[in-house]
Amino acid sequence: MEAFQQAIAERVAEQHRHHGKSQFFWVWAALLVMTAIEVYLTYQNMQPVRMLTILMGLSLVKAALIIGYFMHMKYEISRMKWLTMCSLVACLALMMIFFPDALRIVSLGVK
Amino acid sequence: MADATLLHDTTAVYEPSLFGTYSKKIGMWLFLLSDSLTFGALLYAYSYGRISTPNWPTPFHSESIVNATIMTAFLLTSSLTMVLAVRASVQGDAKAQRLWLLATMACGMGFVILHGREWSKLIAEGLTLPVFPKLSGPAAGSEFANVAQTVPQFAATFFGLTGMHMLHVTLGVIYLGVIALRRNFIPILLAFWLAAWLGTPSYSPFHYGAHILLVAAIVCSIVLWLKPKVYDSSDVEVAGLYWHFVDLVWMFIFPLVYLMSAKIL
Repeated sequence: MEAFQQAIAERVAEQHRHHGKSQFFWVWAALLVMTAIEVYLTYQNMQPVRMLTILMGLSLVKAALIIGYFMHMKYEISRMKWLTMCSLVACLALMMIFFPDALRIVSLGVK
Repeated sequence: MADATLLHDTTAVYEPSLFGTYSKKIGMWLFLLSDSLTFGALLYAYSYGRISTPNWPTPFHSESIVNATIMTAFLLTSSLTMVLAVRASVQGDAKAQRLWLLATMACGMGFVILHGREWSKLIAEGLTLPVFPKLSGPAAGSEFANVAQTVPQFAATFFGLTGMHMLHVTLGVIYLGVIALRRNFIPILLAFWLAAWLGTPSYSPFHYGAHILLVAAIVCSIVLWLKPKVYDSSDVEVAGLYWHFVDLVWMFIFPLVYLMSAKIL
């Protein structure tokens, strides 16, 4: 059992050999800057659709940074990357099927 | 000869899986994929309500936005301390690992406390759900009381989304506490339960919600009693995956729920 744990610990160390400490600080700083941009835009009272587009774009970039660097996905093998991310995006995209119904309610004027 | 057949080298013991990593990590990823669909469904429900309701309220002013921004900074910083904890564990530095994990827990607790204060303020101003205990104080006529009456979907989706996330952060702090302190964490958790239970008024949802800490303390005690072990770098890395996930989800809740519902005067 100990040998097994040791082997896994070595595996973890091998997977993390790419990381320099400074890389994490850069990612953290980028995330903070993007959050500051989002808050700044809120104070500009922009048109909602334009605002939503920019905010979602920034959120997707932030999500990619967190998944890629903090959650280490950038350094996983491509099979792991593609299977997890494609299945997630496909399932989330399928949920968008409900949005036309929300618009239909608006046009019908249903209370 | 007999010894030779019993001895295994590590490469023979550990054979990389189809996905190039160990099963514990794959298991956590599978859980996180399913959990992201839970949050996805809640976010879509919020968006559906928003699209289908022409008079969707924008009740958050500068004070709420500043509070939510500080909460976001807490979570982002906790993600940084978490990766530093993983790095320390990989390097075999147990003391640094524990300190970074405790720093992560502190940031997580800061997030939960700020969020709890915000919830209490909103409830006091009249933004409530039918399941919450009734307030005796005057809230009628306030902006949030009107929102709760005219667009009940707002309170339902707001408390549903942020409450689910707050629960995840709380459980994440407990998870990290078990990894960092093991059995020593149980009395600390019980002390937090008592403080949260006795320190909140009976009309607050947190008065009853505090019992989650008691349930967690019982579950953690059973787990630590049945399977006592020294948590290694793989356990810290898997706990880190969970922690980063709650940070990731907040990156969508913050702009959608707060920033898009803000009216800066």
